Amino acid sequence: MHFLTDRGFNHPNASEITPRRAYDSRRDVLKLLATGAAGATMAAWAGREARAQATRPGKLAALPAARSALAGGVTMEKLTPYADLTSYNNFYEFGTDKGDPAQNAHTLKTRPWTVAVEGEVKKPKVFDIDELLKLSPMEERVYRLRCVEGWSMVVPWVGYSLAELIKRVEPTGNAKFVEFVTLADPKIMPFVGSRVLEWPYIEGLRIDEAMHPLTLLAFGLYGEVLPNQSGAPVRAVVPWKYGFKSGKSIVKIRFTDKQPATSWVKSASQEYGFYSNVNPGVDHPRWSQATERRIGEDGLLAKKRATLPFNGYEPQVGQLYAGMDLKKFY
Amino acid sequence: MTPTTVAATGARAATPKRALPWLMHPAAKPLIFVLCLLPLAWLVYGIFGNTLGANPAEKLIRATGDWTLRILCITLAVTPVRTLFKQPALARMRRMLGLFAFFYGCVHFLCYSWLDMGLVWADIVRDISKRPFILVGTSALVLMTPLALTSFNRAIKAMGAARWQFLHRAVYAVALLGLLHFFWMRAAKSNFNEVAVYAAIIAVLLGWRLFQRISRRSTRRVNPR
Repeated sequence: MHFLTDRGFNHPNASEITPRRAYDSRRDVLKLLATGAAGATMAAWAGREARAQATRPGKLAALPAARSALAGGVTMEKLTPYADLTSYNNFYEFGTDKGDPAQNAHTLKTRPWTVAVEGEVKKPKVFDIDELLKLSPMEERVYRLRCVEGWSMVVPWVGYSLAELIKRVEPTGNAKFVEFVTLADPKIMPFVGSRVLEWPYIEGLRIDEAMHPLTLLAFGLYGEVLPNQSGAPVRAVVPWKYGFKSGKSIVKIRFTDKQPATSWVKSASQEYGFYSNVNPGVDHPRWSQATERRIGEDGLLAKKRATLPFNGYEPQVGQLYAGMDLKKFY
Repeated sequence: MTPTTVAATGARAATPKRALPWLMHPAAKPLIFVLCLLPLAWLVYGIFGNTLGANPAEKLIRATGDWTLRILCITLAVTPVRTLFKQPALARMRRMLGLFAFFYGCVHFLCYSWLDMGLVWADIVRDISKRPFILVGTSALVLMTPLALTSFNRAIKAMGAARWQFLHRAVYAVALLGLLHFFWMRAAKSNFNEVAVYAAIIAVLLGWRLFQRISRRSTRRVNPR
C-alpha cells in the first residue's frame, strides 16, 4: 500500500508572506469596496497589478505580458539590473568567459527560426518562432536564477508555461523525459567545437518537471524580446534548478522514454547530475553550494546569502521529488 | 660571490659599464614602484567608479591573481634579461619586483578570504581542503612569505649568501605552483589559452636557468683545473 508520509510544514518564501500592514488593512479595503466611490480606485489598483513589473530598457522589440498569477510565479525581490543580466552570461557557444556572450552573440540570427517538437508525441510538429509566440498568452514571471557557480540573479522573464506547448503535441505514454537541443552553428558560434563540452548543448527534464507550471518557455525579459546572449529567441527557464539546466536558443524539443544524455553529465557526471536541483545540502565536489552572491545587489563586503532548497521553490515543486534521495539524485 | 648574490645585495652592485642611463637614474626605481602600484590603483578606482562589471568581487579576486603571476614573471625575467642584454643595473629592481609579487599575492588572498569567504576562518580552512587549486595557491603564498621576510640586506648577511640563495631558489617552486593554481582554476572550463601564455613564459625563464647551469657544469668538465 502506498502511504503519504508527512513531510512537515512547507515553509513559504518570506516574499510571499502577506505584510502585516496589508493584513491589518484588509477591513479598510472591504470598506472601500462597500462604498461606490471606491470603484475607480480599485480599477486603477487592479490595473497596476496586471501591468508588468519591469520597466522596459528600450533596447529591443517590446514583448508585452501580463504579470503571472501563478503561485511562486512572481517574486517580490529586487530585480537584477538589465545591464548586469546582459553582460554576465554563461553561454559557452559564444565563449566561456562571462563577458564573451555579450560581445560575440550579435552574430546570432533569430529569424527565421523553427523549433522541431518530436519523439514520443501524437502530434509532432515544426513550429515557426512566430507561431510559438502566439501559442499562449505571454506572462511576466519574476524568478530567482541560481547558477551552479554560486551566484544568483532575479530575472523578469516573459513567456508561458512549457506545459502549454506540451499539451498541444500530446505526449504518448512512453514520453518519460523531455530533451532540449540547442543551436550549435560553428559559423556564428566561435566556441562550438571547443573541447569544453559536446555540441550541440543538450539539456533535459523529467516529463513531470517539464509539465510543472513554473517551467517556463521564455521569449523575453524586462518586457522585451530576449537579448541574444540570454538565449534568443526561445529558451527554457527552470527556476528551481541550477541555471545550466535551462537551455538557450532551443531548436528541438524531443520526448523520449530514456533519460537524455545531457551535456554536463557527459562532460563531468561526478560534478553535475541530471536533476541538478538547487540544494544547499549537496556541495559541488569543488565548492560549497550553501551560499550565493546576488549579482548587482549585494555590496562588495556583504556576506553571501544562504541558498534555499529548490532555490526557494520547495512549496511549489518539492512534491515532485517525494521519497527521492536528493543526495544520490543530485 | 656569484653574480646572483651580487645582484641580490642590491643597489650597490659594481658600477655598470653599459647600463641604460635611465636604469641608474635616481627616479628609475620610484618610477617602477609607481608602475607596480598602477594595477591596484585601477582596481580601487573600479570599486568606487563601479567599472568592475556585474560581479566586482570575482573581478577583484581574478585581477589580483593575474597581477601576482605577471609581476612574478617580470621578477624572474630580471636575471635573464640582465645577463643577456648586459644590463647589471637591472638587478636594482629585482627585490622590489619580488616584493610586489608577494604584495599582490597577499591582496589576492585577502580578496578571496574577505569577498568570497566573508573572513570566516573555519570556512576558509574547509574551502582550502576542499579545493585543490586553492590549496596550491595558498601553498605558493606561504612559500613566498619567508622570501619576503628575508629580503633585506641584513638578513642576507645574517644567513650567509649561500644559504640565502638556496632559500630564495624557492621562487622557482612558487612560479610553478602559481601556474598550476591558474591552470587548475581554468581547467573547469577547459580554457587554457591564457594559461599557455604564462606556461610558455615561465618555461623560458626557468629553462634559461637550467641551460645556464648545464652549460656551466659542462664547461667545468671540459676545462678541469
